[in-house]
Amino acid sequence: MNLSRRHFLVLLPAAAVAWESVLAGTPEASPNYTMSDHWWGMLIDIPKCIGCGNCVRACQTENDVPDGFFRTWVERYHRTDWHLENPEVISPDGGKEGFPAVKEGGEGEYFFVPKMCNHCADSPCTQVCPVGATFISPDGVVLIDPKYCLGCAYCVQACPYGCRYVHPEKKVADKCTLCYHRITKGLTTACCEACPTGARQLADLKNPRDPIHEFLKTHSVQVLKPQMSTGAKAFYNGLDGSVR
Amino acid sequence: MSVFKDAGHLFRFAGLFVIAFLIFLVVRHYVVPKSFGQYGHYRGAAIGEIASHPIKFAGHQACEDCHTDIVDVKTKGKHAHVNCEACHGALANHAADPTSVTPVKPDTAVLCARCHTASAAKPKNFPQVDPVDHANGVPCETCHNPHSPAIGADVAAGGAK
Amino acid sequence: MNGVEGYMYPNEITLYWSVLIVLYPFITGLVAGAFILASLERVFRVEAVKPTYRLALLTALAFLLVAPLPLVLHLGHPFRSPEMYFTPHDTSAMAMFGYVYLWYLMAVLVLEIWLDYRREIVLLSQQSKGLLRWIYKVMTLGSNNISARSLHIDERVGWVVTLIGIPSAFLLHGYVGFIFGSIKANPWWSSPLMPVVFIFSAMVSGIAGVMLLYMVLTKMRGQKIDMLCVDTIAMYMFYIFVIDFSLEMLDLIHRIYEADESFNSLNFMVHTKLYFSQIVVQICLGTVLPLLLLFLTQVVKLPEIARKRIYATSGCLAMVGVFAMRWNVVIGGQLFSKSFLGYTTYKMSLVTREGLLAAIALTILPLVFLWVLVKLLPPWPEKSAHQGAAAD
Repeated sequence: MNLSRRHFLVLLPAAAVAWESVLAGTPEASPNYTMSDHWWGMLIDIPKCIGCGNCVRACQTENDVPDGFFRTWVERYHRTDWHLENPEVISPDGGKEGFPAVKEGGEGEYFFVPKMCNHCADSPCTQVCPVGATFISPDGVVLIDPKYCLGCAYCVQACPYGCRYVHPEKKVADKCTLCYHRITKGLTTACCEACPTGARQLADLKNPRDPIHEFLKTHSVQVLKPQMSTGAKAFYNGLDGSVR
Repeated sequence: MSVFKDAGHLFRFAGLFVIAFLIFLVVRHYVVPKSFGQYGHYRGAAIGEIASHPIKFAGHQACEDCHTDIVDVKTKGKHAHVNCEACHGALANHAADPTSVTPVKPDTAVLCARCHTASAAKPKNFPQVDPVDHANGVPCETCHNPHSPAIGADVAAGGAK
Repeated sequence: MNGVEGYMYPNEITLYWSVLIVLYPFITGLVAGAFILASLERVFRVEAVKPTYRLALLTALAFLLVAPLPLVLHLGHPFRSPEMYFTPHDTSAMAMFGYVYLWYLMAVLVLEIWLDYRREIVLLSQQSKGLLRWIYKVMTLGSNNISARSLHIDERVGWVVTLIGIPSAFLLHGYVGFIFGSIKANPWWSSPLMPVVFIFSAMVSGIAGVMLLYMVLTKMRGQKIDMLCVDTIAMYMFYIFVIDFSLEMLDLIHRIYEADESFNSLNFMVHTKLYFSQIVVQICLGTVLPLLLLFLTQVVKLPEIARKRIYATSGCLAMVGVFAMRWNVVIGGQLFSKSFLGYTTYKMSLVTREGLLAAIALTILPLVFLWVLVKLLPPWPEKSAHQGAAAD
């Protein structure tokens, strides 16, 4: 590997700026980031997901997710002729190590559904927090304040999607943060970074140049449990009607 | 005013409430975090604290800024859209201080199999093989350059450095 | 595999609300129910139940003092609970707990008890010795005025307090029902009927509890049980129980009839995982049987000894049934997956902060508090003549 002096000089200040933001911890997440310029969501492209589990592992690494609990997980559905009535779903350890291989010649097809916090615009979880420890940020990310949370678990009960849990050691509620610490610095989420097929894509609905706008106009897109009217912002392309 | 004489005890009871309420207001003023209510019914400072969490994955841009030779090979091949850390793992510490942290080369026997082991569950058009039938113990990088895996796409087989 | 059948979302496998969260609404239900019994005499002038008036208030207080403990033991960060006072979130039903609790404790229950007992408190502060004297002195708030006019004012104000206390009691317990009933994510809980069912079953349990305590304590004091009193209490308990049963049946029939997306999953759960606690304990033993027994006493003239036995049995069964109802709501609501594809198991621990022993201790603690309160503020006339520490 050849690192030219020129490249090195370019890198150094960029790394320094990023590192400063990491150390700063100031209310404005990092220089050049204005919360009101963004409204975050995620696009999940079901036909592209191969169930490799990279996203689950990357999330655990990036966010120190405790074993047995999941900020994101992958489900595998078996498409049969009556799977709408009775879906067959598995998620072995959240899909963290992928899924057991299925032999050729069996009945029906399969598909994978990555799940995560939907960062609902009308989230029922933030509604029920008794003290204001969980909230939606001005840029559309539902976050938990671990210094303020009582650990009452009311928000866990209120989430229709099962994306919250109580951290076994910290004893506060925890869940996907849409890698807030990354997206506010121009990076993408850990799960999107690790996905080899582009099945997961971070989306900024306030950015006119974000591909999500064109995608939503040209594809059949759904959210999970639309009847709950949560204003979910995780958009699924090609979501089967049997997905729970 | 004799009614007040006989109701004096009630005023004392009410007085307790007033005192307790005043104490409550004073304590509240000191205890509630200063940034509470800044953006909504929550501690505004929490946003900055969450945004300051350490980063473990550097992001492919950081890798590509240095490893331009790999980029040249990768962008032409099938793994063009597979980000570096999807295979190499989280390497922000390497990106922050390249000389002090040397990444470990991934074990292809485990790594490649994760995505490419054949399963009827995977999309039909996705390249997949039975590792035993296909390679029978021969390491994947013997024939496939991980950065541009199609056979013949990159003649320098034996993997990148 | 770790108690899961079918598919559960991975984070749903653990239950987050334990037996302590079952205990909390049971306790506040007893508080509300006991208070309603007290208000029967004070506001609705049902003279027959007067012998239980003071006991009902003390019982309510004893249980109310214990009520926050299961919540505090359950919290991940109990020392942050004052946040509910400093920054309550106005969209959260749970946030009102701090204020509703404090209101009910101080502005209703403590105030009413103080007003009713003030004469005795002043007299005892003059007659007692040592530490007890100081306790009573503090309780007088420095006022020794027990003139006829001041006592008359107390009585009038007490009446108003009790009147306000009735909706306050409904709020104290009804908000818990709303905590569950307003969660659209959980179809076992989500129902506008939930607060109403909670309130009526609370009244059954509270009235049964005070009735049982009255019968037991009277026997322990070697006195005769006032049959007009318990007959009247049992009658009210019966009517309220009928309303409670009707409401629960309405919920059940409505669910079965509408059969929405959750129905198959919930139906299966009731027939398997919740069969014992719901069908056997809550419905058959805890509701239908005591209703039948009480119905018998309402339509057939039975001898005193038979009535006493039936009241005692029905009272115990009713309280067990109401506890089972709380169990089935709280635990049942977490046993099934929100994917409607699976079930998990509640693994109740024994010695941890949220375990069985803690629950048992918290059930016994109110009785200990009641014992202290009965000693301090005797509910019965002949005991006030002694220094409060005479018998047992």
